[in-house]
Formats: sequence, C-alpha cells, structure tokens
Amino acid sequence: MKPLRRSVLKLFAASATLAAAGLLGARTAFAAVWNKVGFESKTGADALKSLGVANAAASKDIQITAPEIAENGAQVPVTVLSRIPNTQSISIVIDKNPFPLNSTFEFSNGADSYISTRVKMGQTSSIMALVKADGKFFTASKEVKVTIGGCGG
Amino acid sequence: MAEPMKIRAKMEGEFADVKVLMSHPMETGQRKNEKGELVPVHFIQSVIASHNGKTVLDIQWSQAIARNPFLGFRVKGAKAGDKIAIDWTDTAGDKSSIETTVGA
Repeated sequence: MKPLRRSVLKLFAASATLAAAGLLGARTAFAAVWNKVGFESKTGADALKSLGVANAAASKDIQITAPEIAENGAQVPVTVLSRIPNTQSISIVIDKNPFPLNSTFEFSNGADSYISTRVKMGQTSSIMALVKADGKFFTASKEVKVTIGGCGG
Repeated sequence: MAEPMKIRAKMEGEFADVKVLMSHPMETGQRKNEKGELVPVHFIQSVIASHNGKTVLDIQWSQAIARNPFLGFRVKGAKAGDKIAIDWTDTAGDKSSIETTVGA
C-alpha cells in the first residue's frame, strides 16, 4: 500500500475513533511508514542497513526471553526488555529467517520499553534485539534451537 | 472480515500490563494449501496501541509474526479506568480495532 494512502486511511480511522469516543486530544502520531526495504531484505546486515544502523554496541541492559529449544518454529514466544534510558524502539532480527527483519516497536507517551510477542522461525537461529536509544543503537542476541521449522505454517 | 480481538489490561505496580490476542492467519506466502498451491502472503503490517487516545506503541510487523498474533506491553503512568485501544491494518487493507478499560 502506498504511504500516502495509509496515512489518509489512518487519519480516517483516528477521526472515526475520536468521534466515537468523544475525546478531545487527537491521537498524537500516525502509523509509521512500513519499512518495505527492511522487511524485504534477505540478510540481517541489509535489514540493519535499512534501519540506519552502523555501529551497534552490545548491551547487557537488553534482556531477551525466549526458549533455548523451540519444538515448534511456528510459535516461538519472545520477550524483549530494554533497560537503556530513553529507549525509542526495539526491532527483532532473526538472522536465518528468509526475511530476517521480524518487527519494529516504537515507544511513545509512556509505553515501557518492553514487548512480548510470538514469532515464526524457519530453523535454528540467533534472535537479535536491536534497541534505539537517544539516536544510538544497541544489541543483544539469544540462540534458539528449532526442532520443526515454522515458515510453512 | 476480521474476527474479533481479545484484550486484557490490568494494573501491575506502576504499569498497566496489556495483553492482546489478534485473530489473523499471518500467511507468509510460502505455505502450500491441500492442492499444493502457494497461499498468497497476507499479514498484519501495522499495529497502533493507544492509551487514552495517545499513541504509546507504533508497531511494524513482518509475515514472521506467528498466526493469531500475541502482543504484550506495559504503559507507565496509567491508572485503573484508563482506556487502552488497539488498531491494526493488514496487507489487504483490512482493519480491526478494540478498546478496553484498565482493571485495578
């Protein structure tokens, strides 16, 4: 979908919700433009490039919770917590997946820098959490062994 | 066309802890149906979470988020009775929304 169309649709959606809820304040931000280049990248390195990452520093203040062994790659629970001050976003990059960039979560207006979701993994791979804080990038990784891949399901 | 979402928001210390379960096939474009044909790619691309009308999370997803996506997050400074809303849009332009009130 074209970015302009998305923005316009989002605007309608936001207006409709506001009208329905009778709220005074407008939703403060429209959806970010979907990172097509990043999500279509076939390597982790290209995905990082699409996010503007040059020198990401490894950080112990990022905590990734995921199973050591995932029997079913179609449903792998992943939780990322960043304790880095002023965390702006968390991205998940799964290196061995056909399209490594998995997701990007941008925080604003009091969201804690914590997310929990379930991902698909095609095979055993590292799961990298990339954190943007104060315009700088930090990473942490965790290896997850996959018994049955989840890309077909 | 989208089936309803499930959402729960509850105070946990200084945070509102929110859990959302969306209903979506999250097709990767790599799966084959019974006839051996590829099922076209179809997934939730964008999710916006808001607290009393203000965006707290602006999310971009790929097809590698698991089917019937789960999302957990926390909102600082929220209190019981506040509104938490979720709006998603998928690659076909379908949308779904849900709103709940933070429980004590």
